[in-house]
Amino acid sequence: MKINHKTVNSALYISLSGELDENAAAYAREFLEALFERSAAKKVVMDLSSLTFMDSTGIGVLIGRFKKLKGRGIPVMIANPSKTADKILTLSGLYELMPKIIY
Amino acid sequence: MDNSMVLKIEALNKNEAFARSVVAAFCVELNPTLDQINDIKTAVSEAVTNCVVHAYEGKGGVIEISAALENRTVHIEIKDFGVGIADVEAARRPFFTTKPEQERSGMGFTVMESFMDSLSVLSADGGGVTVVMSKNLDVNTGQGD
Repeated sequence: MKINHKTVNSALYISLSGELDENAAAYAREFLEALFERSAAKKVVMDLSSLTFMDSTGIGVLIGRFKKLKGRGIPVMIANPSKTADKILTLSGLYELMPKIIY
Repeated sequence: MDNSMVLKIEALNKNEAFARSVVAAFCVELNPTLDQINDIKTAVSEAVTNCVVHAYEGKGGVIEISAALENRTVHIEIKDFGVGIADVEAARRPFFTTKPEQERSGMGFTVMESFMDSLSVLSADGGGVTVVMSKNLDVNTGQGD
């Protein structure tokens, strides 16, 4: 699991790459929490195009971050999900919370 | 039966990727599509995660994984010897979780059921859970092909 990020025009763009499973969840959760803590972004875009694997643990990680950001009034979007991520995101109904965007 | 395998691993997070990769590799002789392989890897990962997180609650234990190929169908059995599931029917409902404080999505069994053709969950009275699932690997069947 590798996480890259950049802020452009008050939007925090985060790219998750590799495998988001139980083994990577703690790291992802901790990294993202620290990142959100020091960010003044007004919206968050999670780019999942480079996720090679994701299971329902990943869904839990994303929902957890969504809830925290929602509490601060910050919307979250899922961008360019890989095919494998898209399938489980669709099944879980996560796009109703975090809209899917393609760019 | 055309082929079979058995794998015994310690219930550790780091073994999840290993377990799903082994089962996926075992299925390769049937020339599955990439989508079918991804479905199997995800389902195996869900079952193994359940063993690590719920059956053994992170304290470790043994997970037995067996798979068999028969007429282009893979049958997978994942067995633990942990605390068992008090209410299997409830556990199989979408978004049901006994560990909401750990940000569990409660989607594990729903994913297994959706990504495989069949799923059964057997929880023994004295503890231990056996998950049995199958998937046909014909080119024109299965989700996402």
